[in-house]
Amino acid sequence: MALTTEDIKKIAHLARIEVSDSDATSTLTKLMGILGLIEQMQAVDTTGIEPMSHSQDVVQRLREDEVCKPNLREAFQKIAPTLGNGSHEAAVDQGLYLVPKVIE
Amino acid sequence: MQWEVVIGLETHAQLQTNTKIFSGASTAFGAEPNTQACEVSIALPGVLPVLNKEAVNCAIKFGLAVNAEIAPRSVFARKNYFYPDLPKGYQISQYELPVVGKGEVTIQVPAVGKNSAYEKVIHITRAHLEEDAGKSVHGAVEGMSGIDLNRAGTPLLEIVTEPDMRSAAEAVAYAKKLHELVQWIGICDGNMQEGSFRCDVNVSVRPKGSDKLGTRREIKNLNSFKFMQQAIEFETRWQIETLEDGGTIQQATVLFNPDTGETRAMRSKEEANDYRYFPDPDLLPLEITEADKTRVKAEMPELPEAMKARFEAEYGLTAYDAATLTASRDLAAYFVATVQAGAEAKPAANWVMGTVSAKLNAEEKNIAESPVSAVQLASLLKRITDNTISNNAAKQVFEALWAGEGDVDAIIEAKGLKQVSDSGAIEAMIDEVLAANAAMVEEFKAGKEKAFNALVGQAMKASKGKANPAQVNEILKKKLTG
Repeated sequence: MALTTEDIKKIAHLARIEVSDSDATSTLTKLMGILGLIEQMQAVDTTGIEPMSHSQDVVQRLREDEVCKPNLREAFQKIAPTLGNGSHEAAVDQGLYLVPKVIE
Repeated sequence: MQWEVVIGLETHAQLQTNTKIFSGASTAFGAEPNTQACEVSIALPGVLPVLNKEAVNCAIKFGLAVNAEIAPRSVFARKNYFYPDLPKGYQISQYELPVVGKGEVTIQVPAVGKNSAYEKVIHITRAHLEEDAGKSVHGAVEGMSGIDLNRAGTPLLEIVTEPDMRSAAEAVAYAKKLHELVQWIGICDGNMQEGSFRCDVNVSVRPKGSDKLGTRREIKNLNSFKFMQQAIEFETRWQIETLEDGGTIQQATVLFNPDTGETRAMRSKEEANDYRYFPDPDLLPLEITEADKTRVKAEMPELPEAMKARFEAEYGLTAYDAATLTASRDLAAYFVATVQAGAEAKPAANWVMGTVSAKLNAEEKNIAESPVSAVQLASLLKRITDNTISNNAAKQVFEALWAGEGDVDAIIEAKGLKQVSDSGAIEAMIDEVLAANAAMVEEFKAGKEKAFNALVGQAMKASKGKANPAQVNEILKKKLTG
């Protein structure tokens, strides 16, 4: 499978990572290396082998449905992200976390 | 050209658990913002999800209720997208291996116009467990959006159907049936205003007779059955008109505006979704054993279909009446309580589906809020059966019971509604009526059958409606022909 720098830009955008043109080229080389490794693995005959969804062969443990989390809003809101506009204060108000306006 | 509409639904049912799907934070509705948003809900680095047993039980219950395959092994996956109310940058959902597989729901589509009522089987494609996102609050702070993560991580069951529905009426009948079912089995409170039960409707049209699906548009987040009906009807007309005008349908997500009754596409840029699903390495496969299913089954109430069959067999009700009475668990319970309090099944069924339901609808109440209890209704019905009052008088007593004017016998007494069943008194009264209406008597004797009914009417009038009509009939017949 061949990728282009366009693909790299698209993948980066989906992950909200900024990639410059020169970084895109080097990233492309690294990713192609990984894909090559996957191609090598895909050459193995896996007929009759059930696909794994986890590397450990154990099953999910379940939790009882009991409230055990206290209200730590004050502590969490002290370390909330700032708005990135030079202010060093946590962007919270009236118990809400603040973000740039989301237009519906 | 004749067109056919094809509809499939995706429903998000909020599961009735005390805590979130992956953490022990409370899911209670209406708390102050972010007071139920623990470190897992707000996605602090390093936290890990731990699956809630009750959420899994709810999924098993649903699977059993729709006769579905319940996956012995299912897998949680990450659905990746960025939005401020999704702090992890992904939603934990299920993708390739959902917990509930193919199942089915039988719907009753009510009669509309010249089309009579009918039943139809709607196929369930799958149902999977996932977490809800938080809420964006606009307007609380100028120029900013506020994020409340109390709802983030609330357990949802997303229930997906095949594109089996062919009209808005069928889609609404399915949504209502599913709404009752999830409440019946106790996995969802069904509160649509609070968003506990939300429907996305996929609508496409195609020339009638075609077996190819048209391009669909998805109507998002409908939170009332009325809006669902309106939205589907508008969307269907819009798609047909667009195609007839030579246009094409673009796949899109649309919103319904209740004020205009119209659907409108969201900006298409938002549509370029690429969720890059992959198995969540933080969660192990979920295993459900036969023993788990047996245990959960034992906790479940009798299902509507089974109860319907039992009502037909045990009470001799018609299939239609049995289906109507088992439309909700509360209605069925009310009917059973009325019968257990001594009423005969058939009149009880007729009254619950007729007078009681009509009054509840008129006052927009549900059966659990009925001011007339099942026990009161039973004592009222017993007074009809033992000939104390007529059916018409019973309606008056019912109104008085509804208004809280006391118990059945006291109301009958106070309103003087007791039927006269003393044959001596009725006979004397009839003699008077016959004497006063000699002309009618002559007509009857001359062969005019109608005159008989007129005389019955006169007799009932003379008794102010209190004479037992059967007795009046009988005595009058005897006097005129004997």
